[in-house]
Amino acid sequence: MKETIRIASGQGFWGDLPEAPFQQVTKGPVDYLVMDYLAEVTMSILQKQKRRDPSMGYAKDLVPLMERILPIIVEKKIGVITNGGGVNPASCRDAIFKVAKKLGIKEIAIGLVMGDDILERLDGFIAGGIPFANMETGEPVASVRPNLMSANVYFGAAPIAEALRQGAQIVITGRTTDTGLTLAPMMFEFNWSETDWDKLAAGTVAGHILECGAQSTGGNFSGDWESVPDLAHVGFPIAEAYPHGDIVITKHENTGGVVSEATVKEQLLYEIGDPRSYITPDVVADFTTIRLEQSGKDRVRVFGVKGRQAPESYKVSMSHLDGYTAFGTLTYAWPDAMKKARKADEILRTRLADLALQFDEIRSEFLGYNSCHGPLSEPVEPSNEVVLRIGVRSRDRDAVERFGREIAPLILTGPPAVTGFAGGRPRPSEVIAYWPALMPRSMVTPQVHVKRLQ
Amino acid sequence: MRVRLLDIAHARSGDKGDTANIGLIARKPEYYPLLLRHVTAERVKEHFRGICEGTVERYELENLSALNFLLHESLGGGGTKTLRNDAQGKTLSSALLRMVIDVDEIRR
Repeated sequence: MKETIRIASGQGFWGDLPEAPFQQVTKGPVDYLVMDYLAEVTMSILQKQKRRDPSMGYAKDLVPLMERILPIIVEKKIGVITNGGGVNPASCRDAIFKVAKKLGIKEIAIGLVMGDDILERLDGFIAGGIPFANMETGEPVASVRPNLMSANVYFGAAPIAEALRQGAQIVITGRTTDTGLTLAPMMFEFNWSETDWDKLAAGTVAGHILECGAQSTGGNFSGDWESVPDLAHVGFPIAEAYPHGDIVITKHENTGGVVSEATVKEQLLYEIGDPRSYITPDVVADFTTIRLEQSGKDRVRVFGVKGRQAPESYKVSMSHLDGYTAFGTLTYAWPDAMKKARKADEILRTRLADLALQFDEIRSEFLGYNSCHGPLSEPVEPSNEVVLRIGVRSRDRDAVERFGREIAPLILTGPPAVTGFAGGRPRPSEVIAYWPALMPRSMVTPQVHVKRLQ
Repeated sequence: MRVRLLDIAHARSGDKGDTANIGLIARKPEYYPLLLRHVTAERVKEHFRGICEGTVERYELENLSALNFLLHESLGGGGTKTLRNDAQGKTLSSALLRMVIDVDEIRR
């Protein structure tokens, strides 16, 4: 058994710093590279792409990235684990095999974790009595069934660990928890059992610290943000894991950013609910047991983490079409910038009312004044310039489209000293709403396939 | 003595559906009791009047000298539906740091 493994975070979300994964595998020693590509509504976008072209439906950026790093990971024997397979992990694997052949790579094994996509089995499950009630509102899914665009079960680390056990160097999954990507190599390398709750909780906490990339190494840090060195070359986080469950969060030497108790704390608190129950399919981690200790420069030791058995249900992430939105912006300049922006807003709202268009909501914000803190903003109105931003939402696409045609006319028919309308007419975009639900674990089984390129 | 949270704490916020979470962390462990005593769920609900339409829950993490707040019905319907520029409530963290609390004594 290895004494320690180093797991590097390469992407905190789909669209994160393109250089980060390359830096992680070249700037110092790592054993695994983990990359999270899936936000809550990403699956619906990928389903749409797959419907248009059955060979699509995964994170396309992954293929050129793998083309760039494959020779390095093969030479250094670095494992790669990603949920970028989206709703089509097999096509993603085939695309990577193709670039591997092109690069002259003789042998590589890619594992898939599938079975999370239950969109086509959904009606059977509903008929079988699973309500898929919305976890926030309690509403049964039947009310939005015709508009459902995706439905995916969140799997955990166990099936990824199984793919590694079967010899996969690269593991591509569909909807897997972000934390599972980091926990899996620990389970595999250290032979952690699926009931060793404290160790699984420690690996899960490490996964939570890694899952948003540089947010744990000084990015978006609200403590003394100006003191964070060289964010231009920020190092992404690395979890150095030990068999007994201790974790050290660090980053490569000669990179920017900082790893301190404060930067790690901020990420630990990011997007959590009840800290005593951080629920994953692997374990329920108790964040109130986490101990932190600065153990060196850019090294924070994470220890003492306690966990308990995971619940008997899987979380299911669904998405459905829920109307349309459009946004228009106009910039007003001195003198009386705010007064003009308010007047323009009033004129536009009058015109929309005259047209008797049906909107669920119209919202006006003044960028540079109150779009972030709303009523908490200090009542000091900007005098140099301000951006009026108006958004509308409606089930009626035509109403939203018509709103888009009412923005540009304000330039010639409203208050003066106005500009900033270069982007063209605002177009309606689909609202894809998120529908979280639960289902019994016994009804779905993760499918693990490992295939070798020879 | 009146103290602005910005001077004794830092924070990060994010979203889960229409609920925003704000992690509030004491800059020094000795400031944590002040947060615990003064930054109550009721106080936070009142602070976010006009933004938070639902309830506020508070959780304590003494081990991290931190509090976690859940602000329900605060994001205009949630990440994809909302018409807010700050769709995911990313700046609600600094909005909380605007809060001024009255402390009897504070060791610097």
